[in-house]
Amino acid sequence: FSSFHTKGKDTIIFVTKEDHAAPSSAELVEEDPNDPYEERGLILPSGEINWNCPCLGGMASGPCGTAFKDAFSCFHYSKEEVKGSECMDQFRSMQECMQRFPELYPQEDDKVQQEKSETHEASQSSETAEMSGTDSAPAEDSNTTQCVVHGFLLPVS
Amino acid sequence: MLKCRTVWKKLAPLARSSSTVCRQNVRRAVLNNGRTPAQVPAAHMSTGPAGGGRENQLYALLVGAACLGGGIYAYRTVKGDQRRYEERLSEIASRPHRAAPQETLSEPEPLAAEAAETEVPAPEPEPQAEPSPEEPSPPAPEAEVVAPSETTEIPPGGDVAPVASKIPSHARYLLIGGGTASFAAARSIRARDPGARVLIVTDEPDLPYMRPPLSKELWFSDDPSVTETLRFKQWNGKERSIYFQPPSFYINPEELNSAENGGVAVLTGKKVVHMDVRGNKVKLDDDTEIAYDKCLIATGGVPRNLQVIERAGEEVMSKTTLFRKIEDFKLLDKVSRNIKSVTIIGGGFLGSELACALGRRSAESDLEVIQMFPEKGNMGKVLPEYLSNWTTEKVKKEGVKIISEALVKSVVAKDDKLEILLKDGRLVKTDHIVAAVGLEPNVDLAKSAGLEVDSDFGGYRVNAELQARSNIWVAGDAACFYDIRLGRRRVEHHDHAVVSGRLAGENMTGASKPYWHQSMFWSDLGPDVGYEAIGIVDSSLPTVGVFAKATAKDTPKAATEKSGTGIRSESETEDTAVSPVASSTPAPPTVGHKDDYGKGVIFYLRDKVVVGIILWNVFNRMPIARKIIKDGEEHADLNEVAKLFNIHED
Repeated sequence: FSSFHTKGKDTIIFVTKEDHAAPSSAELVEEDPNDPYEERGLILPSGEINWNCPCLGGMASGPCGTAFKDAFSCFHYSKEEVKGSECMDQFRSMQECMQRFPELYPQEDDKVQQEKSETHEASQSSETAEMSGTDSAPAEDSNTTQCVVHGFLLPVS
Repeated sequence: MLKCRTVWKKLAPLARSSSTVCRQNVRRAVLNNGRTPAQVPAAHMSTGPAGGGRENQLYALLVGAACLGGGIYAYRTVKGDQRRYEERLSEIASRPHRAAPQETLSEPEPLAAEAAETEVPAPEPEPQAEPSPEEPSPPAPEAEVVAPSETTEIPPGGDVAPVASKIPSHARYLLIGGGTASFAAARSIRARDPGARVLIVTDEPDLPYMRPPLSKELWFSDDPSVTETLRFKQWNGKERSIYFQPPSFYINPEELNSAENGGVAVLTGKKVVHMDVRGNKVKLDDDTEIAYDKCLIATGGVPRNLQVIERAGEEVMSKTTLFRKIEDFKLLDKVSRNIKSVTIIGGGFLGSELACALGRRSAESDLEVIQMFPEKGNMGKVLPEYLSNWTTEKVKKEGVKIISEALVKSVVAKDDKLEILLKDGRLVKTDHIVAAVGLEPNVDLAKSAGLEVDSDFGGYRVNAELQARSNIWVAGDAACFYDIRLGRRRVEHHDHAVVSGRLAGENMTGASKPYWHQSMFWSDLGPDVGYEAIGIVDSSLPTVGVFAKATAKDTPKAATEKSGTGIRSESETEDTAVSPVASSTPAPPTVGHKDDYGKGVIFYLRDKVVVGIILWNVFNRMPIARKIIKDGEEHADLNEVAKLFNIHED
């Protein structure tokens, strides 16, 4: 223990790396996976899509929100061998919608996926305004989202 | 009001008892007089028998006079208090009204010379003149006589509209206020209610934007046109605008109710002045009425001013900035380039951030930056004293002259400068003042709507689900809400606006969820101090700070210097030991001073439970901090809890 002193009501402790090497003995309350109040990631415990996930940015709420929801829902519930293969119509109408708003959905062909992920990150970080990532759960989901979003954007572009 | 009541309560029994005494004495006197009718039958009307009777009556007269005097005093005190209270209320009410006319007037004002350009009401193709990439194409959200005095050349929102734009008479979701909370709610509603029609009404001329960059990133931008583009670089290097979405995201208010898939419309330059809760409708400042199904009040607040400045006259007021909005940023940026000295009054988040931003600018120019506040150090109400002092030294290194324990007595305009006289006699001469002394939550609608206002924290009082009444929710700076874990509070941070706006939006679409996900906040003061915080972070609470014993690697700057582990030992037992490893490093270690709070975690305790945490120069650990607050457990050894944060890692 390196140093411990108090200044009135405030306690100040300096610790070295070695001091903190041993695992913590602090006990944390176990998480309830079905807690109705908790913020959820992209997929809710029920299996439904959480359209309000910060990871989606403005995708579900913008002018093409409905088209996006239709396409993504179709993809999500698709049981085909090539997931989402029966959803081409929805993807097409979503693409058409997005082309009408190039500002919101940048359409440069090579950069579509990259830009999307950046828009997601940017919207996420702007919406939650944290330095990086929000909760651990949604953060993981956001990675999956990007994979998923990339995934179902690939056949379209 | 409470004072009146207490005064009255105190005086009432006194009055009552003295009146009882009066009455008893009078009765006694009369009875005494009455007992001597035999002696002087007709004389009981007069002073009665000499001696005893007269004394009694004199006594009765004196007591009566005292009662009367007491009664008059009590009456005057109560009346005076009531008068003072009403004066205060009307003063508060007049403040936003004073601000409002500046925004909604269509005549050019002497304030902003640029106003002349924006006054053209004709539907010019303004957007084309604008350098910003956020060009609206046809769907430009508009406001009729919008963009008056305080906006500069071209509002990037591109909100000049065809003169006749109709306001919908009904909106399913009506959001009053166009800030962060409102936008977060709009997004939440649209996500959960497919095809939702959301109308945002704001008295500002701008589309919803985020506030933190106005006192941080925008000042550090290398782009000289930053005041026009309002773009900044994020932590990940990517650039973005402070506007949440470009104008094409929104639809025209008049198209709102006919759009197939709904949308979000923003009505700028309109102020809601009256709310009819029974009739479910609001009235705007131009007498238009809008009926709603669900309503969110997210009116934020107005910067407070010092009374001494308000009373100091026009010239002083014209050289004072109350910093909150985009136009304040633009004005301060311009002014700071043309003056020699600026003084920031206020030592909290905003004041300190602006001081650091201007301080950094002073390195290139010869601008004198002064910051004054009543506390002993920067963030004195947030950080424990030792850390506040340490931070103040860092702020000084950013080029700021700190005047602490400063109470402003008066401000006068003299010889084209401002003279600030402090209560302890110190005199400060400066060219411009920035007042960052707090926010007054905007509760203008409370009266007409019959909504409760919280007397402790200010703001509209709402429950844990942010609801004020059926169909009315409040979010953001203006909401005094019940936090299940931490109790009733009102929070004025950006992330809270986002979290509460989202929650309100969820509840407006039927979620019935309480405030549960704890919001956080952050601040950066120069290259050495950056922290994230969560929960109740009040310096009056007992704190436990666990800091990493500084190695030279820990400060961002020292990444370039490789002085290894030459740390001067700090513990008592090694007091006399010679610094062992230092011999290998020729230069003295840059860090390693005993009081170097390079990085660590600080716990704020209330009844032994952690209610607030600051992550001091450690990042990406907010989820753990959030979990600890949520658990609300008593931890015997906070050093063990601190281990969870791995403060020695990057």
